[in-house]
Amino acid sequence: MSLVIYIAVMAGVTYLIRMIPFAAFRRQIKSRFFRSFLYYVPYAVLTAMTIPAIFYSTGSMATAAFGTAVAVVLAYFDMPLIAVALAASAAAFAAGLAIPFFS
Amino acid sequence: MKSPFVRGLLDGVPIALGYLSVSFGFGILAVRSGLTALTSVIISAVNLTSAGQAAGIAIIAAGGSYIEMALTQLVINLRYGLMSISLSQKLDDTFNTPRRLLVAYGITDEIFAVASAQKGLLTSRYMYGLISISMAGWCAGTLLGASAGQLLPASLTDAMGIVLYAMFIAIVIPPAKKSRGVLAVAVSAAICSMIFKYLLPQVTGGFAIIFSAVIAAVTGALVFPVADEESTEVVSQ
Repeated sequence: MSLVIYIAVMAGVTYLIRMIPFAAFRRQIKSRFFRSFLYYVPYAVLTAMTIPAIFYSTGSMATAAFGTAVAVVLAYFDMPLIAVALAASAAAFAAGLAIPFFS
Repeated sequence: MKSPFVRGLLDGVPIALGYLSVSFGFGILAVRSGLTALTSVIISAVNLTSAGQAAGIAIIAAGGSYIEMALTQLVINLRYGLMSISLSQKLDDTFNTPRRLLVAYGITDEIFAVASAQKGLLTSRYMYGLISISMAGWCAGTLLGASAGQLLPASLTDAMGIVLYAMFIAIVIPPAKKSRGVLAVAVSAAICSMIFKYLLPQVTGGFAIIFSAVIAAVTGALVFPVADEESTEVVSQ
């Protein structure tokens, strides 16, 4: 498996998805099922990517779980994306510092 | 009166700042999956997408097939196709085919959100400004994150590994509070993804995401079909 081909496939597919409709499309999709499907795809993809991978993202399940909990609470209160992202990371970091004192 | 390019640059500053910290997380993940800083920045420069890149480096690290890579990018980035359809109806007359081919590269969730919130038609120069500063932030953050592995203590870079995922949570939860459909889709996707991870580990990461996402989104579309007005606002997150 070649790194160059991986990157070319990745970038090529991503570009074509953006480009083909942008260059060609003039009308709206009519099918209600297809529009609903497309509406839900981002949420389905992001959730499938996040769970359970988030619990393995910091090298420690405990710090990751703490960071995840902070992210969920802040997201629930509609905090901006960037605030949620940085606070979760700060929480995971703080948990990593605190855990040795309890174990 | 500022030129459209400068207006685009200024409107893109908040996007660039946001990207800086998110792509910092990507840079850390990329280096941890065995890529060099240069490769990480190249991936960021040619893809300009958070979720797709995160899944892509996981496939590279696992030695997945090219088909798996292509299908994963297709499913994860399918939303951009919908944004492109929406934005394509908002372009002014100067948008000839070469300009469309150029600007198509820069359609991301955040750029789409800012561009579609503009009053009136979009000019190509405005889009160049918006995209170029966002891309600069995305690549700079990747470089910083990828280099930070050597500069920062492991406790800090470990904690930064969660940044991208936390951002995904922040994208999904607010609409899931308001829409039972989004909530049902997110819960189904999470359950499917866990089933693949713990019960069917022979299905590799990229395919697990594709199957989980398609099952969840089809379920949502069948059980909670959205009204026409809703689906056009779709992706303004």
